[in-house]
Amino acid sequence: MSKSVTQSRPDVSDTPLRIEGLTKRFGGITAVDGASFEVERGTLTGLIGPNGAGKSTTFNLITGMLSPDAGTITFDGDDITGDEPYDIANRGLVRTFQIARELGEMTVLENMMLAPKGQRGEHLWRSVLPGVRGSVRRQEAELLDRVWETLEFFDIEHLAEEYAGNLSGGQRKLLEMARALLTDPDMLLLDEPFAGVNPTLENRLLEHIHDLRDQGYTFLLVEHDMDLIMNNCRHVIVMHQGRILTEGTPAEIKSNEEVIEAYLGGDV
Amino acid sequence: MSDAATTVRRLWAQDAVKIAALLLIIYGAYLVSGLVLGYSVRGQLNSLASLTFYIGVFATLALALNLHWGYTGLFNIGVVGFMAVGIYVMAFVSKPLYGSGGAAQVGGLGLPIPVGILAGMIAAAVFGLVVALPALRLRADYLAIVTIAMSEIVRFAFLSSTFQRFQFPHTLAGDTTRVGFGGGSGLILDFPDPLLAFIDAIGLSGAYDGLVGLVGGVVPNNPEPIVHSLVYGVVLLGIVAAYFWLLKRTGESPFGRVLKAIREDEDVARALGKNTDRFKIVSFMLGCALMGLAGILWLMGQGAVTPNFFRPRLTFFVWIALIVGGAGSNTGSVMGGAVFAAVLYQGPLYFQNVVTAVFQPGEAPSSFGPAISPLLSSFDPVPFLLYTLDSVRQLQLVIMGVALVWLMHNRPEGMLGHRKETAAAIPLARSSGATAPSGETDSEPTPRGDGDGTGGGGDE
Repeated sequence: MSKSVTQSRPDVSDTPLRIEGLTKRFGGITAVDGASFEVERGTLTGLIGPNGAGKSTTFNLITGMLSPDAGTITFDGDDITGDEPYDIANRGLVRTFQIARELGEMTVLENMMLAPKGQRGEHLWRSVLPGVRGSVRRQEAELLDRVWETLEFFDIEHLAEEYAGNLSGGQRKLLEMARALLTDPDMLLLDEPFAGVNPTLENRLLEHIHDLRDQGYTFLLVEHDMDLIMNNCRHVIVMHQGRILTEGTPAEIKSNEEVIEAYLGGDV
Repeated sequence: MSDAATTVRRLWAQDAVKIAALLLIIYGAYLVSGLVLGYSVRGQLNSLASLTFYIGVFATLALALNLHWGYTGLFNIGVVGFMAVGIYVMAFVSKPLYGSGGAAQVGGLGLPIPVGILAGMIAAAVFGLVVALPALRLRADYLAIVTIAMSEIVRFAFLSSTFQRFQFPHTLAGDTTRVGFGGGSGLILDFPDPLLAFIDAIGLSGAYDGLVGLVGGVVPNNPEPIVHSLVYGVVLLGIVAAYFWLLKRTGESPFGRVLKAIREDEDVARALGKNTDRFKIVSFMLGCALMGLAGILWLMGQGAVTPNFFRPRLTFFVWIALIVGGAGSNTGSVMGGAVFAAVLYQGPLYFQNVVTAVFQPGEAPSSFGPAISPLLSSFDPVPFLLYTLDSVRQLQLVIMGVALVWLMHNRPEGMLGHRKETAAAIPLARSSGATAPSGETDSEPTPRGDGDGTGGGGDE
């Protein structure tokens, strides 16, 4: 699973994701106000900020679920501003959701089998016509192997036959990340992947993320837990009231007066 | 691997058994009530034929609607509109040219019936596309409003005198012929009998004549119409099996998996790189084509078609059938169609006939006053019960409503309960075949075996 990803990664630049002057208004509220930042390849970058800082809106803008009012988003050298979410996902920039959005009435296996790109059987005629369906089934068998490998990697293979809706909050988070990985992403945007996850599971998830980062994946992580960000990210971006307040290493962030004020509610 | 294969096969066998058992019970009940009613053999055969007909049409419609609602979550409450487009376009294409004899006020293009059926299905699909393009990007409830409005627009369009008759070119040279949709007085379907043409085309007219002779031994007087409607019923059940096969393959595939994901949470499907608009449109058009075909099959043997046949309540009949069976399950759709046809659609009238035959009550009161006054004045419930029994036709909708309310409260997931029809082209169980995927697919007969199984189950 990991090897093919590292090999297929195009060597475009060291900053796959570049945001410039991103702005989004909802009525009179400017949720994101001219945010600019970059994410370095093969790193785990943290995006933090108090509630309402515009983190989730930024995610929605990057992944095409919202269109920005101004600004550009560049991924692997291509302008993806305002592209359709499925286009962006197919380029290798894949997100998870703040509240895990499992497909409840589908089993864990179905959830996982959905994710891979380029499935031949997604064209109706190939799935239905006798004769060509064989090729669909062969591909399904290959995908199934990958799915089981990934389930094992995340230690949720015992839940494979379960309906996703029956999973616990933490298990859903695992499922979502596993599902996102199966799309062969280059970069993952994780929106609070640890919310509602117990400490044991949280540590395991973090281990997985570090493993994957070592394999060459790039992560942008939204998280509330400062300690977690400080201990795990090499680079941290702080958002406040829609703007980028500051960025730097965890040590720099920790000692930044503005950040402390934003978090302790100076002018909020 | 063979373990998984046998498990799947056994599971499937159960589904086929379920459908077959249900049909046996229904037919048994109808035969018994026929005996009670003292039906002749002719009456029995006629009642079985019409029962089979309604099971066939409601099962096909429920299957098509299941693709929309059960699989994709598309809230289509304009089913009749697509049926109407199907049969009207089919009639338009296949009716003989005007002036070639016969009493029809307007003609058609005089093309063969299969061409007409194909044209009707394509027209229904294209019409579905026209409806879907603006509506599918909106929320589910807007699609519902658009579809039901559209089905009424279709009905009024066919009622309108504008389309009653008009000239239409039918040759490359540009000669026109008088065609039309007949307006409110309806359209005579004066093409050759489709069933006989079909039997002739597959070279079984000898067997058909033999069957007529055979039935003639039991029903001496004019056996042909009985055989005709029985054979038509069997053909319909074959078509139910074909729908089932097609939709099972559609559902058990990566395509069906994306449909299911759209039903569950479209944003997730989009975030995983699926162009959900394409999937929704394909699914919607396929379902509409199947509804168009169901409309054709329902009406092409009826001799005539009028726009007011396509009132919205027919759409809701199909919805009830789907809910009875359980949305999301193809097996459930077939069973729901059968139960709806036998119990809720044909059942009340049968019940009325049986009760009347068994108890031989007197005349029912002619209006509500005489029915209720003995109950109030002398606590005599008989006239009221008789009146109720006599009004069963009118009460049918009430009975359906009560059944629907009860189902939504007590069994919203349908008669089969929660169904697990996995959306994948192969069994997803972890298997030793993981090491040899190609060998696995060759030895795995699941999907095709399923189709055959249905045929066996449906044709009983």
